[in-house]
Amino acid sequence: MAIDSQVVARVAHLARLRVDDDETGALSERLNEILGMVDQLQQADVSDVEPLAHPLEVSQPLRDDRVTEPDVRDKVLPIAPASEEGCFLVPRVIE
Amino acid sequence: MHDKTLTELKAGLQAKDFSARELTEHFLDRVQARDGELNSFVTVTGEQALAQADAADQAIAAGDHRLLTGLPIAHKDIFCTEGVRTSCGSRMLDNFVAPYTATAVERMAAQGAVMLGKTNMDEFAMGSSNETSFYGPVRNPWDTERVPGGSSGGAAACLAARLAPGATGTDTGGSIRQPAALNGVTGLKPTYGRVSRWGMIAFASSLDQAGPLGLSAADCALMLQAMAGHDDKDSTCLDEPVGDYLGALDQGLDGLRIGVPEEFFPDDLDGAIADNAREAMRELEKQGAKLVKVSLPSIKLSVPAYYVIAPAEASSNLSRFDGVRFGYRCEDPKDLEDLYKRSRSEGFGAEVKRRILVGTYALSAGYYDAYYKRAQRVRRLIRDDFARAFKEVDVLMGPTSPETAFKLGAKADDPVKMYMADVFTIAVNLAGLPALSMPSGFVDGLPAGTQVIGNYFQEGRILNVAHRYQMATDWHQRIPGAFQ
Amino acid sequence: MSSSLHNGWEVVIGLEVHVQLATRSKIFSGASTATGDEPNSHASLIDLGMPGTLPVVNKEAIRNAVRFGLAINADIGRRSVFERKNYFYPDLPKGYQTTQLAEPIVGAGEVVIRLEDGTEKTVRIHHAHLEEDAGKSLHEAFSDGMGHGQTGIDLNRAGTPLIEIVSEPDMGNAEEAVAYARKLHAIVTSLGICDGDMSQGNMRFDVNISVRRPGEPLGTRTETKNLNSFRFMEKAIKLEVERQIDVLEDGGKIVQETRLYNGDTNTARSMRTKEDANDYRYFPCPDLLPVLVSEEEIGTLRAELPELPDAREARYVEQYQLSGYDAGLLSGSIATARYFEAAAEHGGDAKLAANWVMGELAAKLNSEDKDIADSPVSAEQLGQLILRLKDGTISSKIAKQVFEACWNGEGDPDAIIEAKGLKQMSDTGELEKIVDQVIADSPAQVEDYRNADDAKRKKKIGYFVGQVMKATQGKANPQQVNQLLQQKLAP
Repeated sequence: MAIDSQVVARVAHLARLRVDDDETGALSERLNEILGMVDQLQQADVSDVEPLAHPLEVSQPLRDDRVTEPDVRDKVLPIAPASEEGCFLVPRVIE
Repeated sequence: MHDKTLTELKAGLQAKDFSARELTEHFLDRVQARDGELNSFVTVTGEQALAQADAADQAIAAGDHRLLTGLPIAHKDIFCTEGVRTSCGSRMLDNFVAPYTATAVERMAAQGAVMLGKTNMDEFAMGSSNETSFYGPVRNPWDTERVPGGSSGGAAACLAARLAPGATGTDTGGSIRQPAALNGVTGLKPTYGRVSRWGMIAFASSLDQAGPLGLSAADCALMLQAMAGHDDKDSTCLDEPVGDYLGALDQGLDGLRIGVPEEFFPDDLDGAIADNAREAMRELEKQGAKLVKVSLPSIKLSVPAYYVIAPAEASSNLSRFDGVRFGYRCEDPKDLEDLYKRSRSEGFGAEVKRRILVGTYALSAGYYDAYYKRAQRVRRLIRDDFARAFKEVDVLMGPTSPETAFKLGAKADDPVKMYMADVFTIAVNLAGLPALSMPSGFVDGLPAGTQVIGNYFQEGRILNVAHRYQMATDWHQRIPGAFQ
Repeated sequence: MSSSLHNGWEVVIGLEVHVQLATRSKIFSGASTATGDEPNSHASLIDLGMPGTLPVVNKEAIRNAVRFGLAINADIGRRSVFERKNYFYPDLPKGYQTTQLAEPIVGAGEVVIRLEDGTEKTVRIHHAHLEEDAGKSLHEAFSDGMGHGQTGIDLNRAGTPLIEIVSEPDMGNAEEAVAYARKLHAIVTSLGICDGDMSQGNMRFDVNISVRRPGEPLGTRTETKNLNSFRFMEKAIKLEVERQIDVLEDGGKIVQETRLYNGDTNTARSMRTKEDANDYRYFPCPDLLPVLVSEEEIGTLRAELPELPDAREARYVEQYQLSGYDAGLLSGSIATARYFEAAAEHGGDAKLAANWVMGELAAKLNSEDKDIADSPVSAEQLGQLILRLKDGTISSKIAKQVFEACWNGEGDPDAIIEAKGLKQMSDTGELEKIVDQVIADSPAQVEDYRNADDAKRKKKIGYFVGQVMKATQGKANPQQVNQLLQQKLAP
């Protein structure tokens, strides 16, 4: 399943990564090498094997419905790239 | 002092041969003097370390001896440490002063540990050579033209050079064990869910596991004893009783069944590497262990399965680095998309971006079944292979890495070749098993490591095997010439 | 599928309803779900997506989802799985929303709705799943100091538990869709799993609409998002149905898109999609494990279920002899039901209480755009008013006057009746005098009355009653007045 520059561009947009036009060629070559290796998976006969998401098949522990987390604004707003009046700032979002 | 193990230093502190302050100052001085050659630390926390050392001295004076009281530990820069920069080896987090502390670090501190600083690593733990760090490569103290392995390369290198007596690392596909092998130190990846992942910056959540790197199996047992245990903050951290790792070290090996998977000795494996591992197993045979041939047929697919699952999870885990709430933000973004794309492209390095792209592709519409789901099915086959083997044997052994430390830059342009460095370690992460690497000699003057894999929660057993081996050998005591 | 045609077009409507669960803490963190506080004061390290943080599931969120599933007779997911829906947006701190897809906590179920003509209809629920809410973008005047507009991000709401209830496209017009939405509101508020305050966004409706000629395959659908009142929902559906029919009848095509309704102008516009390609790359969240719900837990929750709207409606018919329609209206919202039952109990007359709640009270609430929970006349006060009506202290005309005064905060009905001297005249002697006076003052009308036949007299007596009521300022008992007049006017 070889991928071309167009696919690289689409995937890069999904991942919000900027890939300049002069990079896509080399990058798609690299990605194809990786995907070529990964394609060995297609050899495996796994038709009747269930996917395994976690090594240990255990169930989710549940938390009591209590408020335990403190207000951390004074710790987190100072490390934000841009904030004002308690809010994080981003360039104007138009819906 | 620096040639002593953590266990020996602990005894020295208890006997008041030296103070925690003296010990900490000694290692801080060594880091100051020698780390320029290795680049194994990203941040040295001298002031904080001395304050913790003084507190440890007071505790010792008051008779309060905990597991790690007064012992200097270097933490991988993937663990959040409140008030201290936590970079994860990335430009993205170069300015990130964590607002909280990871459970593993906090537990060690609660046992009296002194944090020396934060060690260098491959960016976001993605790499096997420590060349992808924003802070530059780490060099191998056995030969500074060579890599220390990765991603916990800083941890392994600073230990081997005796710049720190104990260190933490994380292991997603071999990131503790492979650098341990390449630097001649001992490194343990615990069972998935044994050590809390809270505060450990995620690479691939279903594979990541924190563990200790030390100068001996006994040192790793000591550190794991402090790190392990249930944590309410991590849903995947299991509520299993923590074993008595220190107590289990000395058990005899009589009757121990060691499985030798043929897949760990493929035809194209370097003969010297294969012999090195066989030699280690012979030593254990001498102590009463029996070798049993086993087969793990599906693990030949572990590298491809891993390079779908790990990048897929990573592509999602790394979406939070968007330049909005913390970390790197590009200059003067013109709109939201520009903010995202430039912040992420400028903040992440090439290998991280590659893996994000591979993972995004593997999860995208039309490819999910062919890649991600299929990899998860293969993952089950691999786990089942191990389960079958552990019905016959107590531990599995083989070489940790197919090669010793390679030259800096040797694989930098060939990701797939680089990925093969973890061919023997990756399957263990997919199955979630505990495994360690112990120094087992030298090949062409460079350290080689042997891997011991245990069944779930059998950390005590594999530490015991390594400890008995280390009682009979002195490979783990060798120090690189330049760092005596 | 549709119950009626619209100018020869069949309308097909399905709803996705987001219900905020009324838990104290968030679905994956121990941060408070309180609203109205300073921005980001309830955004924990987990809600902020700080590196290294991890989610742990809130037990009560799971239990609330199961309660809902039991209430709609759905299959409960004994094993449900949280997945990640990946997309970038500033109000989504982790770059993914943790939600459920392949294995939701609530499977297929159904809800019966009653329409205004009294007929019933079943709306099938495809499934309902648990997920986390996003934060809020604040568009007011932030600036980066270089004149560029900025949007502020408040993550207090991020991580508030939601269930998203996805219906089958079983509704054929706005009335059915609104009846369904109201029924869901009644169910979740009766269960106590949601506060149900629409103005606070506790329930939000996304409506999928398509139209087709009968017998043809389903048309292309549009989604109108985030409607937060029943009234807007009804208007938005009507607007969109008209638009689609207009487009198709003009030979155009419907574009699959998301539309944003503006209630102030009753207009809608196409929204730019959040993710151009809409490739959300769902996969099981590796930080969370499958949630298992035991039979025992389900049994306990089932046994603890409170009375649900359907059962309440049946009880009203049975216990209070109300009509099915009235019972449906009164049981349709937990707040209305509570009010009605309290008023009926205090007043000792359910029928009168029902009439007042659906009549005077509803009209007043509607005209002032108030919730029954915020009614200035309490259920106890209405009960007292009903008592006074029943024991003849006041007439129904005076009762309306007392109700008005009570609404305006002038005190309890008894106090108002006392203070304003509104008691009905019970002194027959005094009333007789007034009746005699009225008769004496109206010789022509008396003459006229006496010459009329029985049937006409019944009408003509009204004049005298009116005069007496006027003279007594409405305080006389009309029945008593009538009786007295008949005696005295008899030829």
